[in-house]
Amino acid sequence: MYRQMVLVRTLDERIWMLNRQGKAAIVASSQGHEAGQIGSVWALDRSKDQFYIYYRDLAVMLTLGMTPVEIMSGFLAKEGEPLSGARQFPTHGAYPELGLVNLSNVVGTHIPQAVGVALAAKMRGEDSVVIAYFGDGASSVGDCHEAMNFAAIHKLPVVFFCENNRYAISVPLSKQMMVDSIAARAEGYGMPGIEIDGCDIIAVYEATAAAASRARSGGGPSFIEAQVERYLPHTSDDDDTRYRSKEELEEARKRDPLIILSAQLKESGLLTDEIEARFASEARDIVDEATDVVESAPYPSVERFYANVYAEE
Amino acid sequence: MREEMRRDDRVFVMGEDIGARGGVFLATEGFLQEFGERRVIDTPLAESSIAAIALGAAMHGMRPIAEIEFADFIWPTINQMVGEAARVRYGTNGKMSVPMVLRAPQGGGVRGALYHSQSVEAFFAHTPGLKVVTPATPYDAKGLLKSAIRDEDPVVFLEHKRTYRLVRGYVPDEEYTIPIGRADVKLEGQDLSVVTYGLMLHHCIEAARALESEGISVEVVDLRTVRPIDRETVIESVRKTGKALIVHEDTKAGGIGAEVAGIIGEDAFEYLDGPVTRLAGPEVPPMPFAPTLEAEFMLSTDKISAAIRRLAAY
Ligand SMILES: Cc1ncc(C[n+]2csc(CCOP(=O)(O)OP(=O)(O)O)c2C)c(N)n1
Ligand SMILES: [Mg+2]
Repeated sequence: MYRQMVLVRTLDERIWMLNRQGKAAIVASSQGHEAGQIGSVWALDRSKDQFYIYYRDLAVMLTLGMTPVEIMSGFLAKEGEPLSGARQFPTHGAYPELGLVNLSNVVGTHIPQAVGVALAAKMRGEDSVVIAYFGDGASSVGDCHEAMNFAAIHKLPVVFFCENNRYAISVPLSKQMMVDSIAARAEGYGMPGIEIDGCDIIAVYEATAAAASRARSGGGPSFIEAQVERYLPHTSDDDDTRYRSKEELEEARKRDPLIILSAQLKESGLLTDEIEARFASEARDIVDEATDVVESAPYPSVERFYANVYAEE
Repeated sequence: MREEMRRDDRVFVMGEDIGARGGVFLATEGFLQEFGERRVIDTPLAESSIAAIALGAAMHGMRPIAEIEFADFIWPTINQMVGEAARVRYGTNGKMSVPMVLRAPQGGGVRGALYHSQSVEAFFAHTPGLKVVTPATPYDAKGLLKSAIRDEDPVVFLEHKRTYRLVRGYVPDEEYTIPIGRADVKLEGQDLSVVTYGLMLHHCIEAARALESEGISVEVVDLRTVRPIDRETVIESVRKTGKALIVHEDTKAGGIGAEVAGIIGEDAFEYLDGPVTRLAGPEVPPMPFAPTLEAEFMLSTDKISAAIRRLAAY
């Protein structure tokens, strides 16, 4: 887990840099969200569960098995990009072999879709679980509420995983809702909701494992509110100095999931400075190599421009 | 918007990130400081309610300008705009009305991919009861926005986001309005009429200027409003030139071009010296991300010039 977290942070930093160099058109960073994303994937069954993610879930993608080259080819829109053939924004499209789906940039639309996937799984007698990842902002959309209601009525195997970083672009939580707890809404729809420290990977793992086993045993959906941090502007197009203070960001930095996990591991004697340094240099090598590979790849050709609007003969 | 908010305290703005952030395209920069939180409302992320709440406020004496951050997220408002706002006057037999503006940046060529590039005008333009405005120049945008805010009926106001940075133009400080439903001949010519709107106007003008040297005299008509369409201006131009090319970025089938072609067929048929021709976006979801694929989707000055040459030679 720690190794993955180091790798995803290194990759994320590199992609942001590629944006600043004018090579990646748009980037939404996962920095500060990693523990929630990695811990939740580990708590599920990667051989059969379905992951309906959103644009900030770089660490979910990597933990599910996408390679840094594959991920980076999305950001640079290169030939062979596996999710959408570089038709979509980075991180969007689907990788069915990994149970990974990120159809749309339209916030919240995937939440009821994930419920539909769970309905089908139940109808087909599968014991798979569907997890829907989304932000605090997405929890305001009608679709989210309608999805929770339906999932609860039909006791569907869904985990609603809300990555609460307290901002929808610039709009702070206080202007999004009058309640302190998003998870508290779950009870109103007839499912358990819990708030957890989303920067603590162990807490995330335990909560998600409990929700998954409840879902798998026919107990129905659960709602997890993982309190995370967003260290960078909303996307590379945003300027967060317009609405966020330096002090607030400094405070958030103290909850860096990478630092928390490193301290936890060192305390229990599982990690040494030496291993830590090795992981870091290993990650740099992997990301360097991926950068070279993807930078030298061509853009997609227009040959298949009209393909896949409809089923083909 | 600022001038209208100073002039009329019933006018207020609501939408995502329009307060401290000043809007994702900075359209409302400084508004929060000047008008306060009461008239500059940062909303939760929920488009259906943004339209519906504006609709309600408009029925009760206010003049809301509701912003949808990108037109690609406008679909939940269809229920409220097409299903409700458009019918309020008719359905109450004139007793109630909805003087609101729904603003949204639209259009592509900005590496916005499938969900930050679409043109949505045709969906709304199909609806009696709505007005749909698609300005192309800063001058027109100001005059038309003022008219939209003062209009007694719901107006969908669609700005091409690429024009925000690409197009610079003189905008007088003083007060003026431009009537909704009036097209504008942006360039006069004799041989062929190009009917267009939005970002494509600029490519069409560029193409027309370049073709002067080849001896082709092109008239460029900017619709400015796609509902209602200014039939007279279109017809007058086509009767003069005898040839019509309609150009829009949006995909072709069921688009505004079909409507314009219908109008020309009805009212200028005997004057035509060539087929009424449409040049529009290709029939794929708008529009792919990779630069090579995006360029394939977007019309350009070159593609437009080629279409003009072909029709002129007919
Ligand atoms: C329906 C819709 N409305 C608006 C947007 C523009 N937008 C993109 S992300 C975003 C904020 C989402 O915030 P949140 O759900 O908290 O996720 P976060 O980015 O904070 O992880 C907004 C308003 C959108 N993509 N879709
Ligand atoms: Mg958020």
